[in-house]
Amino acid sequence: MDTQANSPSTTPTMLTGAEILWATLVGEGVTDVFGYPGGAILPAYDALRKFPIRHILVRHEQGAAHMADGYARASGKVGVAIATSGPGATNLVTGIATAMLDSIPMLCITGNVSSKVLGTDAFQEVDITGVTLPVTKHNALVTRAEDIAPALRLAIQIARSGRPGPVLVDITKDAQQATALFDFEAAKPKPYRPHPMLKVEIHGLAQAAELIRSAKKPIILAGHGIQQSGAMEQVRTLAERAQIPVAMTLLGIGGFPASHPLNLGMMGMHGEAWVNHAIQEADLILACGMRFDDRVIGTPSTYAPNAKKIHIEIDPAEINKNIKVDVALVGDLKEVLEQLLPQISSHHAGQRNSSTWIKTIEASKGQSAVRDIKNLPDSGHLYAAHVMHDLWRITGGNAIVSTDVGQHQMWEAQYFHHETPRSLITSGGLGTMGFALPSAIGAKVACPKKEVWVIAGDGGFQMTAAELATIKQENLKINIAIINNGYLGMVRQWQEFFYDRNYESTPLISPDFVKLADAHGIAGRAVKTRSELEAAVNEARAHNGPFLLNFLVEQEDSVYPMIPAGRALHEMIRRPGHNPIVETSNDL
Amino acid sequence: MLHTFVAYVEDKPGVLTRVASLFRRLNINIISVTVGCSERDGISRMTLVCEASAEAGHRIRASLYKLDNIIEVDDIAGAPAVTRELALIKVAATKQTRSAIFELAEVFRARIVDLTAESLMIEMTGVESKVEGLVQVLEDSDFQILEISRSGKMTMRRGHHTSRVLKAMRPTAEEPEEAEAAAEAE
Repeated sequence: MDTQANSPSTTPTMLTGAEILWATLVGEGVTDVFGYPGGAILPAYDALRKFPIRHILVRHEQGAAHMADGYARASGKVGVAIATSGPGATNLVTGIATAMLDSIPMLCITGNVSSKVLGTDAFQEVDITGVTLPVTKHNALVTRAEDIAPALRLAIQIARSGRPGPVLVDITKDAQQATALFDFEAAKPKPYRPHPMLKVEIHGLAQAAELIRSAKKPIILAGHGIQQSGAMEQVRTLAERAQIPVAMTLLGIGGFPASHPLNLGMMGMHGEAWVNHAIQEADLILACGMRFDDRVIGTPSTYAPNAKKIHIEIDPAEINKNIKVDVALVGDLKEVLEQLLPQISSHHAGQRNSSTWIKTIEASKGQSAVRDIKNLPDSGHLYAAHVMHDLWRITGGNAIVSTDVGQHQMWEAQYFHHETPRSLITSGGLGTMGFALPSAIGAKVACPKKEVWVIAGDGGFQMTAAELATIKQENLKINIAIINNGYLGMVRQWQEFFYDRNYESTPLISPDFVKLADAHGIAGRAVKTRSELEAAVNEARAHNGPFLLNFLVEQEDSVYPMIPAGRALHEMIRRPGHNPIVETSNDL
Repeated sequence: MLHTFVAYVEDKPGVLTRVASLFRRLNINIISVTVGCSERDGISRMTLVCEASAEAGHRIRASLYKLDNIIEVDDIAGAPAVTRELALIKVAATKQTRSAIFELAEVFRARIVDLTAESLMIEMTGVESKVEGLVQVLEDSDFQILEISRSGKMTMRRGHHTSRVLKAMRPTAEEPEEAEAAAEAE
């Protein structure tokens, strides 16, 4: 990312602020931006053609933010979104908050009215640095051309350092129009200062190692930090060497291979029963790059009552926030594990006889554990779980999947088995409906050679469906699976469980999605039965261009198991006995 | 419990908003905040007092450090420190009642800094309880308090704990230029 191949970034030159903006991005290695032009950012757009940057024109600025986010999640690079002042800037806000809650490195650039009229309620003026203050890692208002390069370089440094996050730089129109000396090197920010409260003490490491050695029922909680830190190998080594089973958070999925014998699956509100039971029974929890989110712990007072807890985390503000821990190792996960691993030997795993613990977990899976969805007789119904499972099977699990928010998101997490990092792109913290389609566009731009699938519900898809036009205009090979049950499914499920089946405002009349795709020049097909599924998915994959599949699934299906909000982790609503997706042996 | 933080922050527009916004986001009420120049150019010093649970201190300090404009945060929590507050108190006073107020002010080592036929103004510095004590006595003596302005607490650790010494005491390595600047100053 520290390339400065292009001439404007090496020799100091007089440039306009607009040119400085792009030259700085080029110097920082940015190759793609997602945006929407408008009055206050027009000088920047006017200068764009002089620079080797691909601009993807979106249909709504929320889409631009989610695309930059998906780009960052898929590639690990900083995603860049650009918008004009006022409504253009405020439309970014949902996308910025989404990135903030999931710690995604993102740079948002907004134009603003001329500095001479700032604060006068000028046309399309909004105090966007004020608006985004609580949902950005940092933001800045720039009113002079000479400040643009330093502000952007600092923003990129902040976005990707430590615990990553979104940064917004608001640049006034006159700053874009003015001329200044551009010196890329001189604009370099001061060296990044790590959070002063990071500390991994020798005795903390020793304590952690001793806890791991003496634990009889240890469990690793694998969070998003594994992929953020690039600690996949270290976590795997730790799990294998000490024979510790691994439970995944939603955003942790992909950080540890699904097929690994030690991978238990997803924990939390819709985690499988054996995962949550194992956490409740564990005598040691080793939390790696996760933040004990309320969707993961149920209630703090009843959470893993017998377990000592080790928390490896890069953000000191997360320590003891929701769950009090016994040992905190505050630092970059990869670095901490590299210090810890020499103190862990496989010898002790043998002594502990961890196979007893793992066998106990295996046994607790019982009948509900193993799913043989593939060989289930076709009952004429199409279940979302079938769709997820078959998508996984047919794609060989090699696709990048962007999911939206709701039932399908949980089914995907349960039935699509992710083997590799950055292959599941989903809004975990903020739970932003409308995220899947634009974030998939970002992922596809970042990884053009990868197979990319959107999996969205009929509700969430309509929130950002306008981005179909972006897919067409950019000619992106993205496959779209709409899990269409005619309801806002997860809300309906809550109404079913907790509100006496009062389905208020959840039934959904939607457009014919295949026709909608057709109107955008995108091919599509509806799938109503299980027997059509495989051929349809293969058709979509083989089609030269984007393809939309409208899966008309069982309408009142629910996601199981489920921990009702505010209940303990073991107080799950289990799958009803009559649930046709019985789970037998062959498929895991 | 009462938490007192001393923070060194960049002297730039919007920094106070960022700090205040953090406390708002954490749903913690700021009891007092004082901001002014420090011994370093371009760096302001802030004393911030808030009421929060005992465990919250760590998270507040850690969260403050996450703000880019914050350079140093010290959680005073029970450490030996000097704390002062400035108060201006305007009291209704006539020719007849004036001298009694003078006496009270004397006891509290406060000064009279303004005097008119109908009122006078008392200036005092001290710890919070001392200010409250004077206000209480004035009220109990049936003097009519017209206005009170209190600065909020300013706190400084006792002993040779300059901000640079505190910084040097921290386990993590510092940027070389900062260390050099500190060395030159010694």
